[in-house]
Amino acid sequence: MTQPTSPAVGDRGEPFELVVEPGKIREFATATKARDPSWFGADAISPPTFLTTDRFWGGPDSHVLERGAIDWSRILHGEEEYTFYGRPPAAGETLTARQEVVDVFAKAGRRGGDMKFIIVRTEYRNAAGDLVADVRHTVIETSKAAT
Amino acid sequence: MSEIDPAALQVGDMLPELVDEPLTRTDFVRYQGASGDMNPIHHDEGYARSAGFPTVFAVGMLGAGILGTYVAELFGPENVRKFKVQFREQAWPDDVLTYTGTVVARRENELDLELAATRQTGGVHLRGWATVIAG
Repeated sequence: MTQPTSPAVGDRGEPFELVVEPGKIREFATATKARDPSWFGADAISPPTFLTTDRFWGGPDSHVLERGAIDWSRILHGEEEYTFYGRPPAAGETLTARQEVVDVFAKAGRRGGDMKFIIVRTEYRNAAGDLVADVRHTVIETSKAAT
Repeated sequence: MSEIDPAALQVGDMLPELVDEPLTRTDFVRYQGASGDMNPIHHDEGYARSAGFPTVFAVGMLGAGILGTYVAELFGPENVRKFKVQFREQAWPDDVLTYTGTVVARRENELDLELAATRQTGGVHLRGWATVIAG
């Protein structure tokens, strides 16, 4: 087993497959209080934050923050940004996802102590290899427990 | 939620607001199961207390998801091109969140929106931004 290291710019995860399933869209839409029946069909389009369910896919080397040396008790979720290069993914599509750490930087916290920002970009490509979406996930590692 | 005419929206127009039901622990659990984020701080009372919180608090991504479906249902899920959220103050069980949006730019058939999820106290739980195809 390799020694875990802090996430660094350029760290890349193993590519992984994500199948956009209608039942999962329905479950996720219901959990986010959707009411429009268009979310519930066999060819539904996924809600804007649906790609967060990619954690159910991939292996241990796919998710770059999960294999790094991170103290999760000191982690705050900062931002989440979804970009779609066309309509968002629809049920029945198979995407290939890959994560990369694209930025790591420190900022002085308002209440003292440094905060380390880690930005992970996940790109999603369709069967033809075209980029269909990307997500920028920002977590903040505080210098003491996040309370 | 009332209907809107996306093609007629102008800079400064406000979207119809969505006042959600009070947040419940069941909302947190259902979202966590659906998303796969099982952080116990959002559903395990003992764990949350031992971490120094008075009780469990809302998953930020739950509000983000509701803000996302709010925008998608107004403009159509196929029309969302960008959606960004920034997590601000925590939300707690029984909080009533109001989801709002304002048009801040129009470029031909695209609109930029500024969004928020605001607690009954006036505190901002989430800030958001979206770009949608509109008309």
